[in-house]
Amino acid sequence: MPRIRIDGIDFEAPEGWTILDAAKFLGIEIPTFCYHEGLSAWGGCRLCVVEIGEGKNTKLVTACTYPVEEGLVVRTATKRVIRARKVLIELLLASCPTSKKIQDLAAKYGVERTRFKPDWEDCVYCGLCVRICEEQMMAKAIGFVNRGGKLKITTPFDKTSEICRRCGGCIYICPACQLRCEGPEPPSVVCGRCYNALQPTCIDYYEDYQCYMGLKGECGTCIREEPRKKGG
Amino acid sequence: MNRIESSKELEALVSKLRAESKDRFISISSGTCGRARGSTKVVEAFKEAAKGKIDIKVTGCHGFCQAEPNVIIFPEGIFYQHLKPEDAKEIVEKTVLKGEIIDRLLYKDEVTGERYVYQKDIPFYKKQMRILLGDNPFIDPTRIEDYLARGGYLSLAKALKMSPEEIIETIKASGLRGRGGAGFPTGRKWELARKQKSDIKYIICNADEGDPGAYMDRSLLEGNPHSVIEGMIIGAYAIGANEGWIYVRNEYPLAVEHVTIAIEQAREAGLLGENILGSGFSFDIKIARGAGAFVCGEETALMLSIEGKRGTPRQRPPYPVEKGLFGKPTVINNVETWANVPKIIDKGAEWFSKIGTKTSKGTKIFALVGKVRNTGLIEVPMGITLREIIFDIGGGIPGGKKFKAVQTGGPSGGCIPSELLDLPVDYESLTQAGSIMGSGGMIVMDESTCMVDVAKYFLTFLQDESCGKCLPCRKGIQKMLEIITDITEGKGKEEDLETLEELANVVKDTSLCGLGQTAPNPVLSTLRYFRDEYLAHIRDKKCPAGVCKALIKYTIDPDKCTGCSACKKVCPQEAIVGEAKQPHSIIQDKCIKCGMCYDVCKYDAVVIT
Repeated sequence: MPRIRIDGIDFEAPEGWTILDAAKFLGIEIPTFCYHEGLSAWGGCRLCVVEIGEGKNTKLVTACTYPVEEGLVVRTATKRVIRARKVLIELLLASCPTSKKIQDLAAKYGVERTRFKPDWEDCVYCGLCVRICEEQMMAKAIGFVNRGGKLKITTPFDKTSEICRRCGGCIYICPACQLRCEGPEPPSVVCGRCYNALQPTCIDYYEDYQCYMGLKGECGTCIREEPRKKGG
Repeated sequence: MNRIESSKELEALVSKLRAESKDRFISISSGTCGRARGSTKVVEAFKEAAKGKIDIKVTGCHGFCQAEPNVIIFPEGIFYQHLKPEDAKEIVEKTVLKGEIIDRLLYKDEVTGERYVYQKDIPFYKKQMRILLGDNPFIDPTRIEDYLARGGYLSLAKALKMSPEEIIETIKASGLRGRGGAGFPTGRKWELARKQKSDIKYIICNADEGDPGAYMDRSLLEGNPHSVIEGMIIGAYAIGANEGWIYVRNEYPLAVEHVTIAIEQAREAGLLGENILGSGFSFDIKIARGAGAFVCGEETALMLSIEGKRGTPRQRPPYPVEKGLFGKPTVINNVETWANVPKIIDKGAEWFSKIGTKTSKGTKIFALVGKVRNTGLIEVPMGITLREIIFDIGGGIPGGKKFKAVQTGGPSGGCIPSELLDLPVDYESLTQAGSIMGSGGMIVMDESTCMVDVAKYFLTFLQDESCGKCLPCRKGIQKMLEIITDITEGKGKEEDLETLEELANVVKDTSLCGLGQTAPNPVLSTLRYFRDEYLAHIRDKKCPAGVCKALIKYTIDPDKCTGCSACKKVCPQEAIVGEAKQPHSIIQDKCIKCGMCYDVCKYDAVVIT
């Protein structure tokens, strides 16, 4: 079994596991968006990026698709990771502010604004519906069409599909249309009210490790990194 | 052609063809670029004029695109350019029969005014090292005999006598790195694939060249398809593959045609198929035609496309050498990489590793285009400086303008400013300068180019070509483009630059494949070297190069205007008013800034402010 080190924990992960599998097993939280346990990993939203490698030779990879390998060193909450995730959440927010799942992510990761022009799109192209249709419903009724800005998810040639059984699996799994957030109103795109009302967990990081001590500012062992003093 | 049964038979045939081949012939450049400039008609005229007097050879590109259609008369190597069908008769009668040189058809240096008779003396060719392209003028790509007469397939015969491990060692020792852009050591890739245990392995030639302004792979496939095929057979023998694919884009009809003919001829000659040259090794090649998606040049997307699926990249690892085409170990290399292989086997690893720099060996083909006098396909040793390429080979910037930047590596490359002109061209130096080697596009820009507009152009291209699978690439490029468009329209804010930089770095860091990871390069490199220009757009609402339409204004200088009315006639908006022989003026509300008046004015009276 490949031995890996994840956030400082040495761990022997079974062959075939991904970084995300290992992190989940160890109780390390990595946010996901286009990932679903019952479906194949897609690696599209990139939200689950983690930093692998040591020293200068590190890179970001998606935890949901990257297989564990002997000697792999993973850090799940470095500055580089957190910065990337925040920008990715900003991009998601700008795409589809009416998704509750996205609003919750924004609230949890302290994203209080998006610097990009909101598009108010309905689809975020996470591909969950395409995968559930193919892998769980064995239908393959919908798929991606075109590329770039013209990308869309639809039935072949936009015609009513004979294969589609109207099972509704695609709607069930959709993070954009299943739970709508009515909070944001143009021009503001951030809502975050209900998540904040429930549990604003601490998302600060210290020496590359994330703190799970509970609610924001309540743990008492403040882990916030001190700004380096001039000349010190 | 009869089937060649053994290496001995091949060697005998090569010597026979060598002895038979004439050294006196006219070689007409007729690749896609030549044909676009009328070489087909020139070929017809030569066929008519040369009947019974001299042989003619219709070949692939000679490289000097600026001078198309051109011919080289062998054995002397006399080079004539910009030919019209009428010139054929004169050339045959004067030069071929009487040995006279026709001055007006010679290449003339625009700066010095000097005329050059022989191809080898022309500055464009002088600093080049045409290891791969040098054979083009001698080979009619539709005739395998021409390739054999140049010693073709002898490397294959040599390789088949070596063990696969020996071949891999040779390639490793040569220091050959992938010419597709990333520069992964080819020998190491082969070694990894060799070690894989599998019943089936595949070889792929990546000819899905999609960079705007780049055409290295096209010219090789068009002009010398057998060199690529030979390389692939050697690679297949080395890793133990029996099936190969050439993935070529359908927008290259001539390349598709020539490579199809070449494969058929090689098969007929027994160089492809069962029991190649009696060695017991079998290998065959199929062609897959790409439908024009830029992202299908990415190796994992390319393989899905061959499988008949949607061409989207996937996570690596597993790398193609472990799980590639149809889930089997696959070696995928670029056209130019494959073409290098027979040369290395023939001349040895040591010969190859002496060319180039410490980390980048051999030569590299570049498509030198843009604001440069001699545009064309050049092959230079690694480590040559950008200055040598642009000013010695390219002949500098036309029209007395100043050099501003050179963009290497296609849409995902960066813009390198004039301060770095002495940068040696190798994988590491280019990466350090914020650009990439890429597959070999090289676009030269002069002072009339707006760098913000350049970044906008490449982002527009990439926005359409992103497959859309991953968020940072699809949405990130879109948002970068939105910010930059705002800047070019004078709606930018200074904090936008910070946002742009942060977003660009995140797109680079988190994208799934090479397309997204390199897409921010044009933005990041222009921000790094030309920040002033961005600031001029934002603070002063001015486009220093006079390109961004929203920030410029066309006016007529009344002192210079003679009232000739030339501008008034061409203006599509009827925005120019004025009596004949009196200074004209432009009604700004009607002006759409098309620039027609600027182009047509002979007195420089139309000014851009």
